[in-house]
Amino acid sequence: MLKFIAKRLLYMIPVLLGVAFLVFTILSLTPGDPGTIILGITAKPEDVASLNAQFGYDKPFFIRFINYIGDIVLHQDLGLSYQSREPVIDSIMSRFPNTLTLTVLSMSVSALIGISLGVLSAVRQYSVLDHVCVITALIFACIPGFWLGLMLLMLFALKLDWLPPYGAGTLKHFILPTITVSMTSAAGLLRLTRSAMLETIRQEYIRTAKAKGASERRIIVRHALKNAMMPVITTLGTSFGASLGGAIIAETIFAMPGMGTLITTAIRQKDIPMVMGSTLFLAALFSLIILIVDVLYAFIDPRIKAKYQNGGKSRE
Amino acid sequence: MNRKGAKNSRAQKRTSQLSEIWRRFRKNRAAMAGLIILSIILFFTIFADLIVPYSKCIDQVGAERLQWPSLRHLFGTDEYGRDLFARVIHGSRYSLFIGVATSLIALVIGAVLGASAGYFGGMVDMVICRIIDVFMCVPPILLSLAVVAALGTSLQNLVIAITISSIPGNVRLIRSVVLTVAEQDYVEAARSYGSSHARIIFRYVLPNAMGPIIVNTTMAISDMILSAAGLSFIGMGIQPPSPEWGALLSSAQKYMFSSPYLLVFPGAFIMLSSLSFNLVGDGLTDALDPKLKD
Repeated sequence: MLKFIAKRLLYMIPVLLGVAFLVFTILSLTPGDPGTIILGITAKPEDVASLNAQFGYDKPFFIRFINYIGDIVLHQDLGLSYQSREPVIDSIMSRFPNTLTLTVLSMSVSALIGISLGVLSAVRQYSVLDHVCVITALIFACIPGFWLGLMLLMLFALKLDWLPPYGAGTLKHFILPTITVSMTSAAGLLRLTRSAMLETIRQEYIRTAKAKGASERRIIVRHALKNAMMPVITTLGTSFGASLGGAIIAETIFAMPGMGTLITTAIRQKDIPMVMGSTLFLAALFSLIILIVDVLYAFIDPRIKAKYQNGGKSRE
Repeated sequence: MNRKGAKNSRAQKRTSQLSEIWRRFRKNRAAMAGLIILSIILFFTIFADLIVPYSKCIDQVGAERLQWPSLRHLFGTDEYGRDLFARVIHGSRYSLFIGVATSLIALVIGAVLGASAGYFGGMVDMVICRIIDVFMCVPPILLSLAVVAALGTSLQNLVIAITISSIPGNVRLIRSVVLTVAEQDYVEAARSYGSSHARIIFRYVLPNAMGPIIVNTTMAISDMILSAAGLSFIGMGIQPPSPEWGALLSSAQKYMFSSPYLLVFPGAFIMLSSLSFNLVGDGLTDALDPKLKD
């Protein structure tokens, strides 16, 4: 087991480097150099050149990439913003808590709703509850999150005046954004849990448990749930990514100072280091979450554990 | 049987298979509802110019600003007096075009990479999978935003941005489907009598892996429509005054209290088009592979 975790941790290094390289390459396609972007095309060439040197842009692509990675690893430095000339990492650190809170809240709410209703709906297949759940989930999966957000904003913040429409700070500010982000992924989780559960209920060992005379509650909780959760857990990592994406859009609606508004503002201002730093930061976080989910999965699924104990290898 | 006869019977078999799929699809009421909604939206998309001229959704009419829906303006008018019905109808061209185009491009690239990874295995598989691992570690929206940041906002760049973010998932799916098909005896047989790799992949492996791929592509269109609308909504996709649905919602935000209808109609169209592709996809799942049905 330790070997598995160590192996996964080591594998993180090339993946993270790859992610950095990918983001760096995409953003290097931006036309123009920092000097021209900041000073405009009418600026004096020597000013442009000196600014380019200040941002290290006078060096070739690969050297810049290596310097960038070196700065991150050695000094936790993500470079300077074109706009404010202040360290990118400072802006990220002041905005990140809001995005993280929103993402974690949304993940928890969607897991709670999606998984519990999914199980209920499968256990009572074809009941009224099941139909209502399936149809609602289908509709929520097709409603764009940001549209739902606008509707909630209109109803609860502007018309009823129950909740604050904009900003961040108190827990109240997070209620509407959380609903906005979590509904889409809750719908996805509900559908997935329901089908995984239905499939599990049809397995032989469930019939065996029934034949033994185990109570229905015991069968669901002890036998079915544990097995049905496997595919659900594997998607938790992806759904974290989806929540993060939802949070980025929801921040725009609710004018919340988070990573999403940071990135979109930076894109409008052509502040490439800011976009790069924020994207890399979130991507690194996301890879870490995927790693944790993977390790968790190995802990829960005895088959993977066994594979590593026997040292056997197989293609996925 | 001579060659021509064999060809005929093969063609016959194909039509009977298609009609069998259609028969199963037709029995599914939800899927048929999806198909009907989709046909209506497609009708609007194709005949948009005949229903309302494009000029209607660009020309500004000062006297008719922010009017509520009426017989004259079915969906009301926006802050520049432009007819919202015209803008929504013409907007469907953007959303459906983006949805279909991105899904098909992602499908082709995903099929080439996924099929090679699954079929050849070994080094090819290793390299492709490692690259995909890296792509999978960047949440899709961030990848799209990075592309938009570098290339700028335009229809073409939006298509690139969304396509890139959906290729990894496609590669994984097609690889896993191809892996199971490639182990079948008929593939082994084709290999044993010396068919080329390309022939085996295109003649035997991909057609037999088609079911899940078609379903996935239909569902993907729905996701792509939602992503495109989302990106346009935060100002990183199609820019106003182009009548893209997400862009419509973005500019309607300022008037949401006085003119909520500006939000309702574009949003409803996004939802309906996404829903229709989803329902059709669900129906196809059952129709293409009756074994999968519960």
